[in-house]
Amino acid sequence: MSQNVEQINDHVRLFHQPEYQELFARKREFENCHSPEEVARVAEWTKSWDYREKNFAREALTVNPAKACQPLGAIFAASGFEGTLPFVHGSQGCVAYFRTHLTRHFKEPFSAVSSSMTEDAAVFGGLKNMIEGLANCYALYKPKMIALCTTCMAEVIGDDLGAFITTSKNEGSVPQDFPVPYAHTPSFVGSHITGYDNMLKGILLELQGPRTEGNGKLNFIPGFDTYVTNNRELDRILNLMDIPHTILADNSDSFDSPNEGEYVMYNGKTTLAEAADAVNARATIALQAYSTEKTRAFIEQEWQQPTHVCRPFGIRGTDAFLMKLSELTGKPIPRQLEIERGRAVDAMTDSQAWLHGKRFAIYGDPDLVIALLSFTLEMGMEPVHIVVTNSNEGFEQEAKALLDSYPNGKEATIWGGRDLWHLRSLLFTEPVDLLIGNSYGKFLWRDTKTPLVRIGYPIFDRHHLHRYTTLGYQGAINLLNWIVNTVLDELDRQTNITGKTDISFDLIR
Amino acid sequence: MTATHDEKRQMIQEVLEAYPDKARKKREKHLNVIEEGKSDCGVKSNIKSIPGVMTTRGCAFAGAKGVVWGPVKDMIHISHGPIGCGYYSWAGRRNYYIGTTGVDTFGTMQFTSDFQERDIVFGGDKKLAKVIDELETLFPLSQGITIESECPVGLIGDDIEAVARKKAKEIGKSVVPVRCEGFRGVSQSLGHHIANDTVRDWVFAKSDKVPNEELGFTPSPYDVSVIGDYNIGGDAWSSRILLEEIGLRVISQFSGDGSFNEVKLSHRSKLNLIHCYRSMNYLCKHMEETYGVPWLEFNFFGPTYIAKSLRKIAERFDDTIRAKAEAVIAKYQPQCDAVIAKYRPRLEGKRVLLMVGGLRPRHVIPAFRDLGMEVIGTGYEFGHNDDYKLTTEYTDPGTVIYDDVTGYEFEEFARKLKPDLIASGIKEKYVFQKMALPFRQMHSWDYSGPYHGYDGFAIFARDMDLALNSPTWGLVKAPWQQA
Repeated sequence: MSQNVEQINDHVRLFHQPEYQELFARKREFENCHSPEEVARVAEWTKSWDYREKNFAREALTVNPAKACQPLGAIFAASGFEGTLPFVHGSQGCVAYFRTHLTRHFKEPFSAVSSSMTEDAAVFGGLKNMIEGLANCYALYKPKMIALCTTCMAEVIGDDLGAFITTSKNEGSVPQDFPVPYAHTPSFVGSHITGYDNMLKGILLELQGPRTEGNGKLNFIPGFDTYVTNNRELDRILNLMDIPHTILADNSDSFDSPNEGEYVMYNGKTTLAEAADAVNARATIALQAYSTEKTRAFIEQEWQQPTHVCRPFGIRGTDAFLMKLSELTGKPIPRQLEIERGRAVDAMTDSQAWLHGKRFAIYGDPDLVIALLSFTLEMGMEPVHIVVTNSNEGFEQEAKALLDSYPNGKEATIWGGRDLWHLRSLLFTEPVDLLIGNSYGKFLWRDTKTPLVRIGYPIFDRHHLHRYTTLGYQGAINLLNWIVNTVLDELDRQTNITGKTDISFDLIR
Repeated sequence: MTATHDEKRQMIQEVLEAYPDKARKKREKHLNVIEEGKSDCGVKSNIKSIPGVMTTRGCAFAGAKGVVWGPVKDMIHISHGPIGCGYYSWAGRRNYYIGTTGVDTFGTMQFTSDFQERDIVFGGDKKLAKVIDELETLFPLSQGITIESECPVGLIGDDIEAVARKKAKEIGKSVVPVRCEGFRGVSQSLGHHIANDTVRDWVFAKSDKVPNEELGFTPSPYDVSVIGDYNIGGDAWSSRILLEEIGLRVISQFSGDGSFNEVKLSHRSKLNLIHCYRSMNYLCKHMEETYGVPWLEFNFFGPTYIAKSLRKIAERFDDTIRAKAEAVIAKYQPQCDAVIAKYRPRLEGKRVLLMVGGLRPRHVIPAFRDLGMEVIGTGYEFGHNDDYKLTTEYTDPGTVIYDDVTGYEFEEFARKLKPDLIASGIKEKYVFQKMALPFRQMHSWDYSGPYHGYDGFAIFARDMDLALNSPTWGLVKAPWQQA
């Protein structure tokens, strides 16, 4: 009997019972599969230098990439604005995918609509779909703004968003003065971070208000940062320094909303009025560089506003950020932040012995990787393999300069444009102590046994990591916690066999 | 709430009022209340989703790559086009399989041609050919390749069929081009159909002449194929075990934990057992017409229908099988009795709103009923007319029916009908949990499962109990806010 009602076994245990193991053996007869010896031989070969060379000779094939496509980043950017409904013009399946992806990571609802274009729209264009779609979502979901981006279908057939929106307004889909910013977000250009940039620029362009004498504020652009509570930490730091500010845009509540028994569809925290007034700020500080390039260029050219990239991650990153704030505003760095800095540094010195010289591999978006490199280098860790699928030249130069500035950065190679199957070869041929990346790293962990610290997007298989801040001194403590305790967990795993390895199964570490 | 038939109709009308006229007229045809004695749910289906309403539907690519072909474990499935489609559908569906991933099986990997602008401008055929060469170098043990084309491929006039033919000859393996661009059809459903057709045209058309011996196969009188079980959380295994126990030999699982060899074997059975009618009926009908293999739809959700299905299946064989079916039903009776004795008192009378894809909007109803629960509303993401006909076997009069329900409608129905549990998908889950409504995902089994078969029913019961009776729901309102 397979199930005992007092201890019901789901897939985790059920299939290890003998009746299922026998079933698997019977099934193999029909699979006409390769012999176990052959599979073992090839499996070994995939770990070799020979395989690595063939793997790196790839020119056309991508396997297990660490990047998504533009509209995902676009709707992520849009979600930070008050009452904003992302509208994706093109095939509808894309929106189902984006919503699923974001929801699986954040465990939060995510609303976005599609213009549901089908074959007739492929022939005649998607104007009708947009007219109807805007009218429907405006009536049903009562947004304050509809942020429009595209799927590759609409891009390939060349739909003219600006003209379509004008026509839709003329047809009465939404009021003439209703904001419908737009961005072309073809999935065959760039990645999700490009989409973030394009959409944010589109929204700021649409919302920009009249120029006044200046509002005395600073604007902050978080970038494609899925640790959305970083916005709250940023806000707290800025308030501590008494710096008036606008976050463009704060989606912390969109992806971390309270459960109070009522579903609230719109949680974007940056009001449209604040966004409109952003044109009058003293300067704009982007916390990421490569997800904000076009937006910054726009702000500099159109708003004549200085922009800076400052990454408040790790100690030195946060130091530089605070000093930049102080320089721009003339306000001193408050004692409170010095105390917090001290606590973070204290934590780092407490743990440094366990991380110093630890060789690691990392993959992720360019800006995330820079931030984490900065922190791990100042911890004394040694980056070895750095894989950035959605890399670019600027990033590689910046990362190189950062690595060169630390003696423990010299071993690292930046593998721009490579994917996680490349990384698999790297981990087999040149093993490291630790891997930092998103949930897809678990397949590398399984194959190469390299312990995985889950930092990045998406994280589907661990709960609540996204609710922690990674920004500022407080964020440094969280990053440290994840990294050092992964190392210590691994140490326990390697020393837990009674009478064999458990001589080092220490109580105190 | 025990609303009357008329009150429910009234409710539907109220919900529809939010729509602009044109959309309201379209949507009202998709909503209904089941009437006594009717053999159809009385809704329109398999029609284009209205733009802008927040449909839950996916696309043809999702149906072809994600559902039908993707689970064939020892083939490589190329997401051909830009990066996103393959990325979002990467390892998300829990189609369990046994194998050494990256060596002889590839289920949780993502392979893509990662189209760039130049591929759109100059075409992607050359790149595709190169992708296949590189796959052969790096994954020599793959048993074949499928090419799932994404939207741009169909718009720029690429000839993936020509590439497939040429490369198949060169590498000596099947290369199957699947024209499942996301703009085709109205939902993932057309993707299922397209994928089915490629099995017919690109696999069976040749493989049906291959002698049994070459496929390592010796026929027996008790051979069946399990079609359209995608082995989510191991569902196909907890089904297969019962079929084997009644004396049948499962020669093919198509496609959950399926191998390409099993795909080719599937029409060599005596009977095809179809789990997900919606996604694989096309191929079953083809196998019936072309190879004379009859098929039947079975339902392994909950003991009542498992027993019914086992008897129905056994009916197609001899007395030995019929006797064994009875023995198996009897064998599992105590297990089911124990599960029901434990969980039914905790679940009795709980009311469920259901909305899923495939077969589940009807097939899981009996499992709820076995636990004393009542499904008060159900609907399909991408059902067709035949699904809504088959549904009335399962539903009570007064059940609210919603086809391709929109986010707005579903939320409003939940507010008005006040169910105890919502059983739907990941995009819906947290919407309803924020309303303090217990929820179970009915696509992924909320990362649990299997739910099929007797072993699965125990897990299903456990999971419904843990969802409904979690103390966390009682924490949602702060005590000082409660009246």
